[in-house]
Amino acid sequence: MEDLGNLIQGFAVALTWKNLLFMMVGILLGVLIGVLPGLGGANGVAILLPLTFSMSPTSAIIMLSCIYWGALFGGAITSILFNIPGEPWSVATTFDGYPMAQQGRAAEAMTAAFTSSFVGALFAVIMITFLAPLVARFALRFGPPEFFAVQLLTFCSFVGMGREPPVKTIAAMMLGFALAAVGLDTVTGQLRMTFGFTPLLQGFDFLIAVIGLFGLGEILLTMEEGLSFKGKGGKINPKIVWQTWKTLPQFWATSLRAVLIGCWMGVTPGGATPASFMSYGMAKRMSKNGAKFGEGQIEGVVAPETAAHAAGTSALLPMLTLGIPGSPTAAVLLGGLLIWGLQPGPLLFVEKPDFVWGLIASMYLGNIAGLLIVLTTVPWWAAILRIPFAIIAPVIVVICAIGAYTVHNNIFDVYMMVVFGVLGYLFKKLKYPLAPLVLALVLGDMAETAFRQSMLLSKGSLSIFWSNPLVGSIVALALVLLAWPLISRVISALRAKPQAAAPA
Amino acid sequence: MTTPEGRARGDIATRWVELAVALLFTLIGAIVIADSVRVGYTWAEDGPKAGYFPFYIGWILVAAGAYVALETIWRWKKLDGVTFVTRDRLKPVFLMLLPTIAFVILVGWLGIYVAAFIYIGGFMLWQGRYGWLPTLLVSAGLPIVLFLVFELWFLVPLPKGPVESLLGY
Repeated sequence: MEDLGNLIQGFAVALTWKNLLFMMVGILLGVLIGVLPGLGGANGVAILLPLTFSMSPTSAIIMLSCIYWGALFGGAITSILFNIPGEPWSVATTFDGYPMAQQGRAAEAMTAAFTSSFVGALFAVIMITFLAPLVARFALRFGPPEFFAVQLLTFCSFVGMGREPPVKTIAAMMLGFALAAVGLDTVTGQLRMTFGFTPLLQGFDFLIAVIGLFGLGEILLTMEEGLSFKGKGGKINPKIVWQTWKTLPQFWATSLRAVLIGCWMGVTPGGATPASFMSYGMAKRMSKNGAKFGEGQIEGVVAPETAAHAAGTSALLPMLTLGIPGSPTAAVLLGGLLIWGLQPGPLLFVEKPDFVWGLIASMYLGNIAGLLIVLTTVPWWAAILRIPFAIIAPVIVVICAIGAYTVHNNIFDVYMMVVFGVLGYLFKKLKYPLAPLVLALVLGDMAETAFRQSMLLSKGSLSIFWSNPLVGSIVALALVLLAWPLISRVISALRAKPQAAAPA
Repeated sequence: MTTPEGRARGDIATRWVELAVALLFTLIGAIVIADSVRVGYTWAEDGPKAGYFPFYIGWILVAAGAYVALETIWRWKKLDGVTFVTRDRLKPVFLMLLPTIAFVILVGWLGIYVAAFIYIGGFMLWQGRYGWLPTLLVSAGLPIVLFLVFELWFLVPLPKGPVESLLGY
């Protein structure tokens, strides 16, 4: 029960007035980011990261993770009221949330969405509380080959579980690795791929890529789709909240499934978006009201929201324990940790228990605060969305530019942001996934170092990745996931054959 | 996004964009390989050389790009009629992108505050068709708020130009 003691100590860290204030600010900023198109969890945190450099790491991570929770909550508001998902993971929420709003049940839908988000996050935090120390202790035995194997697993699971074409996932990922290699090679001290061009010396920062790909890219897409925000009013009152809460427990089975899907998809880097779709699809198949999904079923709001939050939260588990983020936003938070001089990974639990447990405690508090804040402030956010896009769009671009500049105080980064923005637009439309690109860009150096160290240990032989049962089984699992698109094709072909060829 | 019907004049076909992006991937892969060969991709006295890891990344990139390119060419006939973006939807994209490019160029020259004033103001007047007063309020108000937050409150310096230096910053 040593961990429980740590957790209580963590609450003591998180419950100072200063940290509570940062928590509130974080959640308000997060909801704002969540409702505005073009600003999302990942690039919102990326833009605000430089502002936290002067804070203590604990306060900073509390604020930044609260921005993340806020963004997760905020995405639901626009989905339900405006039928416009503020975030990719709230697309599935529009399916039943918007019909509910059209029927005048917006308050009910939003209460259900926020509450399920809260439930999903709560279960994921509980899982983190109990599982993270175990994983961290286990991972202390990891050497370079094991770390590389886990990273291989991370990237292979993108290929195996992604919704995008596998080849495009691989291409996007490799582009990330290639961009990560640009600049000074820390091992040999040689310059790679700079071609004598000075601004490239420090390489491509993934924060710039995140701001461009997710921020500007999203704005360009929004312009193309020509959205006009005409939504339903966002009035909500305690009576409806209470009535909705009374109906929610009957969906416990849906919630439980959603939590499980979410936690699984968050830990393996599937991410919140596929988790919400999977959960919605599963709920539709399993529910007795399945046929009515899409017409305004409250279950159709509960399922994706619970899963998205469970996934978004549990993405922090591998980030903290292994230094491998489960989502782009977790990757940005990881980048923040590195900037504050904290090396995420198993040692973090030993060396900085204050920080780790303060963060975990803040996840509990942040989600409770988040639920209360969004329930009370919904009408304001709905009002913000009525500001026309001709004002919002340039303001968001200016904020993105500031975010890009402040990373290194370098104007070249602002130009790069525009390039990444155009790429983000093209990639999104051609179904190249952005998350593996960003993760490869973040983890590129780490993966390369782990690979090189492994090769040094084995004198250049790949057999080191089968040298003990642990690393062998991780690599085997990774290869299965990598080949999964092929395997599943073969399986479905085999299944189809007996029927076609008549029983033998 | 994709319509089975034929494209109107001026619409952009998905297959061309698909092919161009795939070739871009292949090209980047080739650059990575070439540079890895330059810095050395083999084994040195003390371990792998600098190009050891990127060399393979480059090859996978080339393979993935070539695969998508060949697949696109293979399905070229079938992809006829799939539209990437129609002409009338491309217009707003460029109406966003071109001012944004102008804005970042202005940032390097005039600093971010003045550039933001011009960019937001121009956008609101030209695309939002707002009157002078609301335009002035937003386009001047935001840079002032940003200045207070970044330069004075958080002490984060942002790019400044001749106007700021005239004012003593």
